[in-house]
Amino acid sequence: MFDNFPLWPDRASTAAGNVDALFIFLIIVSGLMTGLIFTAVLYFAARYRRQRGVRAEQIEGSTPLELTWSVIPFFVFMAIFAWGAVVYFKSRTPPGDSTEVYVVAKQWMWKLEHAEGQREINELHVPVGRDVKLIMTSQDVIHSFFVPAFRMKQDVVPGRYTVAWFRATKPGTYHLFCTQYCGTQHSGMIGYVIVQEPAQYEAWMSGGSTGPLSATGEKIFAELGCVTCHRTDSQGRGPNLQGVFGKPVQLEDGRSVMADENYIRECILDPGAKRVKGFQPIMPTFQGLVSEEQVNALVAYVKSLAQPGTAAATTKTAAVVSPQDRPEPAHSTGSQVQ
Amino acid sequence: MSMATATTQPAGQTIERENYLNKHYGVGSWLFTTDHKRIALLYLLSITFFFFIGGFFALLIRLELLTPAGDLVQADTYNKLFTMHGQVMVFFFLIPSIPAVLGNFLVPMMIGAKDLAFPRINLLSWYLYIIGGVMMLHCMLTGGVDTGWTFYVPFSTAFSNTKVIEAGLAIFVAGFSSILTGLNFIVTIHRMRAPGMTWSRLPLFIWAHYATSIIQILGTPVIAITLVLVVAERALHLGIFDPKLGGDPLLFQHLFWFYSHPAVYIMILPSMGIVSEIIACFSRKRIFGYGFVAISSISIAVFGFLVWAHHMFVAGISVYAALVFSILSYAVAVPSAVKVFNWTATLYKGSIRYDAPMLYAFGFLGLFTIGGLTGLFLASLGIDMHVHDTYFVIAHFHYIMVGGALMGYLGGMHFWWPKISGKLYPEGWARLAALIVFIGFNLTFFPQFILGYLGMPRRYYQYPPEFQVLNVLSTAGATVLGIGYLLPMMYFLWSMRYGKPAPDNPWNAAGLEWKTSSPPTTFNFEEEPVVTWEAYNYEELDAHPDEEAPSVG
Ligand code: HEC
Ligand code: HEM
Ligand SMILES: [Cu+2]
Ligand SMILES: [Cu+2]
Repeated sequence: MFDNFPLWPDRASTAAGNVDALFIFLIIVSGLMTGLIFTAVLYFAARYRRQRGVRAEQIEGSTPLELTWSVIPFFVFMAIFAWGAVVYFKSRTPPGDSTEVYVVAKQWMWKLEHAEGQREINELHVPVGRDVKLIMTSQDVIHSFFVPAFRMKQDVVPGRYTVAWFRATKPGTYHLFCTQYCGTQHSGMIGYVIVQEPAQYEAWMSGGSTGPLSATGEKIFAELGCVTCHRTDSQGRGPNLQGVFGKPVQLEDGRSVMADENYIRECILDPGAKRVKGFQPIMPTFQGLVSEEQVNALVAYVKSLAQPGTAAATTKTAAVVSPQDRPEPAHSTGSQVQ
Repeated sequence: MSMATATTQPAGQTIERENYLNKHYGVGSWLFTTDHKRIALLYLLSITFFFFIGGFFALLIRLELLTPAGDLVQADTYNKLFTMHGQVMVFFFLIPSIPAVLGNFLVPMMIGAKDLAFPRINLLSWYLYIIGGVMMLHCMLTGGVDTGWTFYVPFSTAFSNTKVIEAGLAIFVAGFSSILTGLNFIVTIHRMRAPGMTWSRLPLFIWAHYATSIIQILGTPVIAITLVLVVAERALHLGIFDPKLGGDPLLFQHLFWFYSHPAVYIMILPSMGIVSEIIACFSRKRIFGYGFVAISSISIAVFGFLVWAHHMFVAGISVYAALVFSILSYAVAVPSAVKVFNWTATLYKGSIRYDAPMLYAFGFLGLFTIGGLTGLFLASLGIDMHVHDTYFVIAHFHYIMVGGALMGYLGGMHFWWPKISGKLYPEGWARLAALIVFIGFNLTFFPQFILGYLGMPRRYYQYPPEFQVLNVLSTAGATVLGIGYLLPMMYFLWSMRYGKPAPDNPWNAAGLEWKTSSPPTTFNFEEEPVVTWEAYNYEELDAHPDEEAPSVG
């Protein structure tokens, strides 16, 4: 697939077509504008070249013309803006039922962990036709996750999650590049996204899992003593975490925030930043005590608690999963939450 | 009529009259001068020096990229090369280029003043530039810096083990020279205009410099503070940007681009001013829509401050912030488009000559149009997601900064060279150089648009083999371009000794600067000029065909 001299990148995701269409539209619009300006300049330059006895004709300017060539471009620009905004909005809003992959970037490698528990380095296996949501953070500097064939790019920032998603449409092996300069081996921080047919993908999936990420999270939750405060009844010193994720949370200072991945992450690493209403500020910070991977597992676990009973149930399904009994599409896996 | 204040000098006269160049001799007379024209020449020497350093780095970068493997230099070396290329070219060449050289030389003369408002501050600004420059050189010679010219945190504050602090301070110091130049221009333009030189009679070059100065004064302190914060975090571990210390890395990007986006206009606006002068002169016409062109400079300066986060569409800002910054970026594109249309319309029914400055102006028009239109691609959220931080961006900003700004600068250098040096440059060579630069430029940078859309990330010293063909083209172009840049330097130097003496107004151009002698005397005008005509009064100038200037070259 890597021909020697390609002029157009592979098109292997649902977003790729949208971006390409807009890009082609822009090429046409700017081609027309360039053509117009170049033709005018060249024509005038030739037609009005200096000749003996012919004097330039002074023209002061023309307000109607000025308005025309301000207003028309303005509306063309607004059309481009609107189209670009729509494409961007789609690409920035992950569909609710995506498969989730946690990405931890570090100098100079990509660590990927599927919600089902498979881990990979510098390679990401994904099935054709399924929405995949990436929940990404960095252990050190800023990196950026870029898959040209998917027309998808998102910076990966230390200290927070950034999110991206895609739906692959064509099996194949595609470049994964780091596009935010990150030091010596920046140009070596590359890998591949391997898009497979569902059956192949399930076969790949069935090997080498240590159990779903949320189950790992559950273990850590117990080991770190989170359970002592966060109980499954209302008697704990901390809030019951069942059903928290994905809903607004009332804070002590009167604000209300959406409990998304970044909120859970912040609760663990910087509990002082946002205090839940009605509780004592006793939750200790776990900054420095947990690795990025462990935070990811905890987040996956808290997410799995969003619907009462889901965690246990999906833990089971995911554990016994085999290629055959994973019907496409809509199979709910480990930590999928709306 | 209009030649009233000029001392006319028949071409070819051999006895040298006293002028700003020969009035005093000796190193001291240059290092302690307060003459804006001499300071302009000091700047000319220094920025040319830095241009060739930056160009040398560019050459090494392009050579490395000739092959997909990283084989010419080490990865770390490569990272230092593009970092220092960017820093040198932006902060030590392009930002001071037009304002500090041509602006310094021409602003007082164009408005009929003896000098800038604060001649000693003007000299101080050059010394600050030199101190900054020496710090930068020292930094480069003792190990260099590898953060990218953007200094992104936390890489720059906690991970890079190169000379970040020194480079930051060098740019900090040079920034003050830029602020002082801007300040000087604003006061001069407000206070020192000759009688009759009303705002509506100012040459567009002056309007452009006025707009530029606003940005220099309002923007540069922000980058200065930002760099100080980077130094503070790196040296003292204050938690400002690094999330490990409780800081916010995106805050840095906001601060950095709050200056560095407007800085793009510091680089391009003066060039637009030059192009307006050249097009008017070589088509013998008043600029079409003078008022709109003047106002568009100011609105670019103002709107330019409102679009900085278009560099951060994929950095993790909210979707809604991205929408706002995208729409504002399109708004700032309108005044730039208006300028291009007005220049084009000026040619209509003109009487056009193709001397070298005009060829550069045509080159500017072509390259700036392409650079500007590809800016529309980048401002489009959907497209930027794909091309951000790829070679598409590299191509885009080189079309603006090298294709646009540098073309304008070279055009201006040719246009005013007779005034600056008192000598004529060889016209044939100059036209050839303009052509070589244009071809070399397109060959270097056009392939990079395609590379970018294919997905080649910037700041990569090794790359997948399928990108090689386009990279080879680009490197070939860079060689041609390099020759194109060496030529003017050589024939300008040559002309200083062997060039024909220039008449006072070789182009028969409008503008007060042409009413001084070539080269001008220290105080420019024998007596204060009184302006009774509008800007670009080419109709009156051409009304007397017998006064037609001898053709040059
Ligand atoms: C000493 C008791 C204690 C421990 C141990 C503790 N927490 Fe908490 N946690 C609290 C309290 C009290 C709150 C509510 C006040 C606040 O937001 O700080 C809370 C809030 C939270 C919230 C926000 C809940 C909501 O309703 O929005 C999350 C998520 C959370 N903790 C996760 C954890 C995790 C994960 C661990 C283990 C790594 C943990 N906590 C350990 C006491 C604790
Ligand atoms: C006024 C002149 C110039 C300016 C202001 C300028 C500015 C810049 C800047 C700011 C960068 C980004 C550096 C970074 O990523 O940190 C850059 C990169 C680059 N420049 Fe220039 N440049 C100029 C001239 C040139 C010329 C003449 C060439 C042609 C050979 C060139 C080739 C490159 C290349 C190839 C890169 C990309 C390096 C990389 O990302 O790996 N530049 N330039
Ligand atoms: Cu990187
Ligand atoms: Cu910008």
